[in-house]
Amino acid sequence: MILAKVVGTVVATLKDERLVSQKLLLVQALDVTGKPQGNHWVAVDTVDAGAGETVLIVSGSSARMAADLKDSPVDAAIVGIVDAVEIDSD
Amino acid sequence: MQLARVIGNVVSTHKDQSLVGQKLLVLQPVSPLRKEIGHPVVAVDSVGAGVGEEVFFVRGREATFPFLPDQVITDANVVGIVDQWSYQPETQEP
Repeated sequence: MILAKVVGTVVATLKDERLVSQKLLLVQALDVTGKPQGNHWVAVDTVDAGAGETVLIVSGSSARMAADLKDSPVDAAIVGIVDAVEIDSD
Repeated sequence: MQLARVIGNVVSTHKDQSLVGQKLLVLQPVSPLRKEIGHPVVAVDSVGAGVGEEVFFVRGREATFPFLPDQVITDANVVGIVDQWSYQPETQEP
């Protein structure tokens, strides 16, 4: 899983039928200090995340294990809203 | 699987039901010479590792297998705590 920040939404009228009624969010990957790092992704939101929140992204085929995503053509799902990241500085 | 050091943990109250009760660790992948390689990842833990320990972890769908028949949604899982490793390359690499 990676940490990411919700930076936008994605609206698509024409899409795979298994994606109909799924909420799609645009997320930016973060490093552990909260700085933007690397790519943006389109992820299916299964936990009702909102703009600006830090979230956990599961990618790959595991993403399909999220609620209601069985057999859906997705490779990234938001599975948690992050309250805090505690890093041991040693 | 990849070697890593546990550098922290993630607190998340609102998360997928399958992750409730699962510890979320921040892992920094390391080379055999303990050099940091790549970006940290967040992983669940099926062996009971803690911050500061050296572990190996599995990525991908296979990361969910230790929890079967439970369906825990994850793409990274700590599956071993390393006591020690040896490394004797023929040519020294970073």
